[in-house]
Amino acid sequence: MAAVKETVETVKTIDVDQYKYGFVTDIESELAPKGLNEDIVRYISAKKDEPEWLLNWRLEAFRRWLTMTEPTWSRCHYPPIDFQDLHYYAAPKKTPGPKSLDEVDPQLLETYAKLGIPLREQEILAGVQTSKVAVDAVFDSVSVVTTFKEELKKAGVIFCSISEAVKDHPELVQKYLGTVVPTTDNFYATLNSAVFSDGSFVYIPPGVRCPMELSTYFRINEQKTGQFERTLIIADKGAYVSYLEGCTAPKRDENQLHAAVVELIALDDAEIKYSTVQNWYPGDSEGKGGIYNFVTKRGDCRGARSKISWTQVETGSAITWKYPSCILRGEGSSGEFYSIAISNGYQQVDSGTKMIHLGKNTTSKILAKGIAAGKSDNTYRGQVSAHRKATGARNFTNCDSLLIGQECGAHTIPYIESKNSSAVFEHEATTSKIADDQLFYCMQRGLDEEEAVALIVNGFVKEVLQQLPMEFAVEAQKLIAISLEGSVG
Amino acid sequence: MLEIKNLHVEIDGKKILNGLTLTVKAGEVAAIMGPNGSGKSTLSYVIAGKEDYEITEGEILLNGQSVLEMEPNERAAAGLFLAFQYPLEIPGVATMTFLKAAMNAQRKARGEEELTPGDFMKRVREAAAKLGINPDMLKRPLNVGFSGGEKKRMEILQMSLLDPSFCILDETDSGLDIDALRIVAEGVNALRGPSRGMLVITHYQRLLDHIVPDTVHVMAKGRIVKSGGKELALELEKNGYADYVEAA
Ligand SMILES: Nc1ncnc2c1ncn2[C@@H]1O[C@H](COP(=O)(O)OP(=O)(O)O)[C@@H](O)[C@H]1O
Ligand SMILES: [Mg+2]
Repeated sequence: MAAVKETVETVKTIDVDQYKYGFVTDIESELAPKGLNEDIVRYISAKKDEPEWLLNWRLEAFRRWLTMTEPTWSRCHYPPIDFQDLHYYAAPKKTPGPKSLDEVDPQLLETYAKLGIPLREQEILAGVQTSKVAVDAVFDSVSVVTTFKEELKKAGVIFCSISEAVKDHPELVQKYLGTVVPTTDNFYATLNSAVFSDGSFVYIPPGVRCPMELSTYFRINEQKTGQFERTLIIADKGAYVSYLEGCTAPKRDENQLHAAVVELIALDDAEIKYSTVQNWYPGDSEGKGGIYNFVTKRGDCRGARSKISWTQVETGSAITWKYPSCILRGEGSSGEFYSIAISNGYQQVDSGTKMIHLGKNTTSKILAKGIAAGKSDNTYRGQVSAHRKATGARNFTNCDSLLIGQECGAHTIPYIESKNSSAVFEHEATTSKIADDQLFYCMQRGLDEEEAVALIVNGFVKEVLQQLPMEFAVEAQKLIAISLEGSVG
Repeated sequence: MLEIKNLHVEIDGKKILNGLTLTVKAGEVAAIMGPNGSGKSTLSYVIAGKEDYEITEGEILLNGQSVLEMEPNERAAAGLFLAFQYPLEIPGVATMTFLKAAMNAQRKARGEEELTPGDFMKRVREAAAKLGINPDMLKRPLNVGFSGGEKKRMEILQMSLLDPSFCILDETDSGLDIDALRIVAEGVNALRGPSRGMLVITHYQRLLDHIVPDTVHVMAKGRIVKSGGKELALELEKNGYADYVEAA
């Protein structure tokens, strides 16, 4: 069908204009000098007024990082990154730290309003939104505001920026930081440990069900700046929390580096549901610009019967290198990974998960849907392993890829390893194309070609979308349609 | 209403339709009968606008307007409906969702308001009941795991909801048992009317016992080789296609 023939032409005309979050906020920033060395690490730590132990923790990571090399095993290709040509700290000048909403620079509030992120509690209460969502807003290297803190505090929930947590709850931070993703873990995680700027901290006390959705909204604004946020979430015994992160960045010609670390810890009978809608700037139609998204996310099911569930909708970034994983340590614990990864234009995605079964009767489920269009490349990479003591471990994996057009690629790379003979691992994988016959059928019923593609794609990803909290599922569905606009003629 | 003049169609250099000429008037139900491979489905696809086919000569007019330059969805909006011989599966898309998308897309193309959810539900329930379709089925993904007969009923359901002015039914009878055939035929008959044209493609006479045509055309080797009244169908049933194929 000409639809497919025309794909190339249309993809060429995809304009960055479709990325509607590409505006720049003109705000005065305080920047660290370019480059990375021990002084910069000290500078960041001093800016945050950090205790000695944390500075030493950073310095140790930095020294370690100097001995490491960038991983090259992924299917992503990009020119070498000059780590000395970046700023490692950028903060809006007027907002040195999280404050009450009245003190936040109005320009920042406007930025978040433009992004559709509700920061004013009274507006949220008055309103449109059916359920409440608390937001931690991170702008470049700092958290600018966290909403609903008081209300959460009444429930005993701590939700604040990680910088604040270091000051106000040092015992919790020191106890858990780096226990899931050690400072030595991998090149980007180690870099993050040395220079991490801000991010969110969540602690849910024993037996508490967090009374609202928590979310962090990340925004990169400044040029030539890396963003290195660090998120730490602890659900104590029997606690429950659902957390969502969203991210956007302005359109810029240069590539920008984003290397985050997220650590989740679930104690006995606790449950953490972590959802991501990743919409960093993907680059223009020629493949110029866009975010390099090199992220380490890992959850530790430390307690018996604990549960961690990752759901991700990945539509942005020039390169995505990301494997949210679960360490299933507690007996009877379970991990889930639900993913929709969409690539168009020149985007490269190498993403998946690791389910590491350590404890008895641990279970995991992986449901990954990859959609490739344009000239993009989309890889699912997953590892499922059972260790010697993981008697009765079970995994079910299903990964499906959908190709739109002729010039994109989809790959599935599963690693399965079992040291316990009672482990049962099932793996299913399919690759399909949107059949011309399916498109014709939908069009015969009156849908235009884009509507037909959107409908078929939405059907393809439905099982994963259903995992997202309601408010975000609708947004994600729209986002999917936008990211595939122009993928057919 | 539908006029096809001297239509020549090729695919991958292979000639399939060979100077086919056919006219169906408003209010008329025309049947096309022909052996397997004579080009009946190809004809229906070409009228509906499927790509892949190269039209080397000829013209197709719907209500006096050429459709050859129109996209399939534009033809649909102009009132054309094709009940597929092999309806497609759309995994993950609930039948209800599909119906709504199709109905609203056509309304939009005609500059009409979207249906309200209540109005939509009412229409779907009524139409489904008439065709003996269990409402639970409408929650399932379209055609996924449906039996042959269920798929065909679903085509007729869509046809009645979309209210087309010209309907093509491509072997709608195949895969139906006798009870299902009767229900489907009733559904089709209910849509007969003075302003609507229909082209019923079939291999067997038995459908035409239930949907009695005004005219019958015999197709062989990509063209119409004989036209007549409904009695022609009975003759074909008795004598088979062999003579026509040979003569073509
Ligand atoms: N996509 C195609 N490529 C090549 N040949 C085709 C294609 N589609 C149909 N044909 C051929 O065209 C002829 C007519 O097919 P079809 O229209 O399906 O006939 P009918 O519906 O009357 O059985 C057959 O010989 C068939 O093999
Ligand atoms: Mg046929």
